[in-house]
Amino acid sequence: MINSAYFMSMLISGLKLGSIYAIVAIGYSIVYGILRLINFAHGDIMTIGVYIILMLMNQAGVPIPAALLISVAFSVGVGLLIERLAYRPLRDASEETTLISSLAVSALLQNMLQMVFSAQRQPFMLPEALRTTHKIGIVNLSTINIITFISTAIFLVILHLVLTKTRIGTAMRACSENLRAARLMGVNVNRVVMTAFAIGSGLAVIAGFLLAGEYKTVYPSLGFVPGLKAFCAAVIGGIGSLGGAVTGAFIIGIAEMLFAGLVPTTMTAYRDAFVFLLMVIVLLFRPNGLFGGSETARS
Amino acid sequence: MLEIKDLVVRYGGISAVKGISLEIAEGETVALIGANGAGKSSMLHAVSGLIKTASGKITFDRHDITGIGADRIVSLGLVQVPEGRQIFTRLSVDENLRMGAYVNRDKADIERNRARVLDLFPILKERAKQSAGTLSGGEQQMLAIGRALMSSPKMLLLDEPSMGLSPIMTEEVFGVLRGLKDQGITVFVIEQNAYDALELADRAYIMETGTITLEGKSSDLIRDERVKAAYLGGDI
Ligand SMILES: Nc1ncnc2c1ncn2[C@@H]1O[C@H](COP(=O)(O)OP(=O)(O)OP(=O)(O)O)[C@@H](O)[C@H]1O
Ligand SMILES: [Mg+2]
Repeated sequence: MINSAYFMSMLISGLKLGSIYAIVAIGYSIVYGILRLINFAHGDIMTIGVYIILMLMNQAGVPIPAALLISVAFSVGVGLLIERLAYRPLRDASEETTLISSLAVSALLQNMLQMVFSAQRQPFMLPEALRTTHKIGIVNLSTINIITFISTAIFLVILHLVLTKTRIGTAMRACSENLRAARLMGVNVNRVVMTAFAIGSGLAVIAGFLLAGEYKTVYPSLGFVPGLKAFCAAVIGGIGSLGGAVTGAFIIGIAEMLFAGLVPTTMTAYRDAFVFLLMVIVLLFRPNGLFGGSETARS
Repeated sequence: MLEIKDLVVRYGGISAVKGISLEIAEGETVALIGANGAGKSSMLHAVSGLIKTASGKITFDRHDITGIGADRIVSLGLVQVPEGRQIFTRLSVDENLRMGAYVNRDKADIERNRARVLDLFPILKERAKQSAGTLSGGEQQMLAIGRALMSSPKMLLLDEPSMGLSPIMTEEVFGVLRGLKDQGITVFVIEQNAYDALELADRAYIMETGTITLEGKSSDLIRDERVKAAYLGGDI
């Protein structure tokens, strides 16, 4: 019999994982919404961000907040560069073509990380202060968990406000519904796409930081599998729908942790497979995901 | 104001527009009539910069706009109301209007245009907060026109604005176009509804399978035997 404290701790881990997936899934979702491009390199942006943070902290002694900011700026640059070099020339190509291109970019980034930083795992320890736990009722929460929950909530609220209240945000929603009509309004699609990549890449670094803190290590393919899971989250929620991506992320995060916590230890290795199976099952019953609307006129 | 010279549009190996030329002067209202698949929308897409031209030259307001971005064409004051309305169904009516003013950054100006558009289409005022997908077909067409007017265009391109509308709504749409004409906005309207289009326009072109086969004053074309037979359903 599992006790409630154990269950609560799994739930909290699940919520934390869900928060991280949510931040990554948003990046997939806004880019897909506009370009119908599944950007598999998105997970690797996460990894790049973590390496930059590690380098800044270990070799230059930069404090975490500054390291995070610099890494976000750098990774946004990388994201924009990838968009410009790998995806923009394929703007009129089929979804399959851009998909293959994004897998190639992902492989390229992982190989470059291997060349620069070696394939070795490197320790990534969050400072003591972030790891101390606080007892609130029956649950134990570490400082980093509290920061994760609060910052995820803040990012989601800000993103919602940007999308609904600003000129560029409204244009992003218009583009994801009908790119051609948006162009007829005078929207510069490249600028909207760049905004989507910038937001996605920036958020990916935050997620990477939280993830590496959780794993306590960084390696060149760190972001790839979590990236795939965040993609699953976006698909489960209905790719292109932001609320859907966030909901999907929490469903996956919690389901994954419950699976890992409840099955015999010999089976915990299958937690990744479990997530992908979950996606397949959802898609069997809801091909457009939980919140995915039907497709409207495109191109 | 708008001059198209030897425009060719190709999809793969197939030419949809096979070297057409036309000219529309400032303040004129001109119609282009043609059957399904004649290449009307392809021509308009090329003018608005949505698709590449294979050859030819398009000039608007003394600017060569051939091959420049769709956003720059809108900024120059040439705005299209696309076939099938293409409003943003998931955005509210008000957000649709604001998207129409996307190239304009002057807030006061946007508010003035919005007030003007809502005066012209009072139904949109009632529905301002509603998502645009809930509007009827006729209301959506009003929104599409209103949205295009939000940027105070110098010239309006309309692609089959009466498509799929009831006779009453069609009449209303043409009433609106007449109003725009009276305000001195240059209007280029594509239609299959030849009678209403010829009634409205000063001049008209007839387009068949990618080429212009006939042009002239509307009052002449409306009596032309060939036009009567092909587009006006015999006697009217
Ligand atoms: N994206 C496309 N790819 C290939 N062929 C196309 C494409 N768009 C249009 N065509 C073809 O080009 C020709 C002209 O099409 P277009 O839409 O310009 O005609 P239209 O006069 O606007 O017709 P309608 O009155 O039905 O709107 C048609 O034969 C059509 O099948
Ligand atoms: Mg057409």
